[in-house]
Amino acid sequence: MQYMLLIYSDEEDWTPEEREHCFAESTELTHELHDRGQFVSASPLESVKTALSVRVRNGKRTVTEGPFAETREQLGGYFIVDAKDLNEAIAIAARIPSVRKGTVEVRPVVELTGLPVSK
Amino acid sequence: MSEFTTSSIREFLDTLYRTESRRVFATLVRLLGDFDLAEEALSDAFAAALRKWPQEGLPANPRAWLVSVGRFKGIDIIRRRARFDASLECIALSVEANEPEIVENDELADDRLRLIFTCCHPALAPEAQVALTLREVCGLTTEAIASAFLKAPSTLAQRIVRAKARIRDAKIPYQVPEREDLPQRLDTVLQVIYLVFNEGYAASSGETLTRPDLSGEAIRLGRLLVELLPDPEVLGLLALMLLQESRRTARSSPRGEIILLEDQDRALWDRESIAEGKQLVDKAFASNEVGPYTLQAAIAAVHADAANPADTDWTRIVTLYNLLLQANPSPIVELNRAVAVAMATEFEQGIRLIDAILDRGDLIEYHLAHAARADLCRRLSRVDEARLSYQRALELAQQEPERNFLEKRLRDLA
Repeated sequence: MQYMLLIYSDEEDWTPEEREHCFAESTELTHELHDRGQFVSASPLESVKTALSVRVRNGKRTVTEGPFAETREQLGGYFIVDAKDLNEAIAIAARIPSVRKGTVEVRPVVELTGLPVSK
Repeated sequence: MSEFTTSSIREFLDTLYRTESRRVFATLVRLLGDFDLAEEALSDAFAAALRKWPQEGLPANPRAWLVSVGRFKGIDIIRRRARFDASLECIALSVEANEPEIVENDELADDRLRLIFTCCHPALAPEAQVALTLREVCGLTTEAIASAFLKAPSTLAQRIVRAKARIRDAKIPYQVPEREDLPQRLDTVLQVIYLVFNEGYAASSGETLTRPDLSGEAIRLGRLLVELLPDPEVLGLLALMLLQESRRTARSSPRGEIILLEDQDRALWDRESIAEGKQLVDKAFASNEVGPYTLQAAIAAVHADAANPADTDWTRIVTLYNLLLQANPSPIVELNRAVAVAMATEFEQGIRLIDAILDRGDLIEYHLAHAARADLCRRLSRVDEARLSYQRALELAQQEPERNFLEKRLRDLA
């Protein structure tokens, strides 16, 4: 079963060195997951300052600056992993470096049939 | 076998249902992989027993018989559904292929632990953990749980349905946690049990002070857990519940008025529960891993040892509160410690400690902090101060018996 691990933290809370270190540690984790056949994908996201929110209402498109919800912690990256159950997903989430500063939200992925298979 | 009349079999099955059905259920959840299916298979298995046993006689191992028949009934149910939904056929096949060894005793004990840990999984909200544990582990009906928590049955039913959906959708596994996760996960289980106990011990609102069913249910759960996983804190929690429960008849008057510890008729305390509780405390202390539940139980045991209030070893209680504050720092523990210090040394010292907590902004909305302060002022004959604190406590108290008690104290001051 696939789980999406959404990583939230306060962007202002990171020094450039900490960020670099976090990227390196996360990359290591992705390789370890890959070796165990659990890795689907993962990426950090650019700063929330680059975020836009797009809506179409009555056929009319609006684009507004900023994220959909203003919170103290922002979405800063994600993992999608293959885990045998929720406990395994929680164990992986607990190893994502940012979990020590922020919060990792664990969401089971709905597996739709009929989607194209990614490369 | 003519010796088994239908009525004697029915009686035997009634007893078996009370004592064994949740065990059989716990195993069926593992074998069938689904709570609702296991529940349906369980009642089918009991119905089959009622039909067959009068003719064929009792099986050698009734529990194993029920598990085995329940499993086949479960597979039948999946098969029937598979006629409408082809994807279920492979589930039926995989359940069927997993020929289990169902009579292994350890495995059965593990199933009950699996059930407890699944119902108390941290991915479920605390109120869902409580409802699910009472429903699935204790076998209480949804209506009984609803009335115990003063909620509409539909609210409780919905809570349970959602929790089960969550277990299914998020794929919460049916397992005892790994060693490294065990302390934390066990803590959640203990919290759920203590929550159930406290809900029975003192209703959070409403007119009855005690609701026997939930406290008894929590003690049964505590005993079950002691049997399955005798961790020191598991012993500590059972001890704490037994020691608190031992004062049940003494802690309120027939009219439902609160009677404080120092005013209770100690002859009414249940010595048997106290003896068992104290034995458990000793056992937990012997492990050298003394946690918060054990320390609270040890404090209750000191009170139980005092033949009258003046004999209470307050110095020992302060020592235990110091340890508790280290293990589990919280303003409430600090408040209780302040009262113990007041009793062990001088009342003024207790008031100073309580004021320090309140000045920090902690517990200012907690009625018992003001009631405790009021009581110490009363003992010092600082009547005006006592009155102000009792009044503040009264503004915050919600339970009818507590309000009555505070009103009486206010009247007595005048």
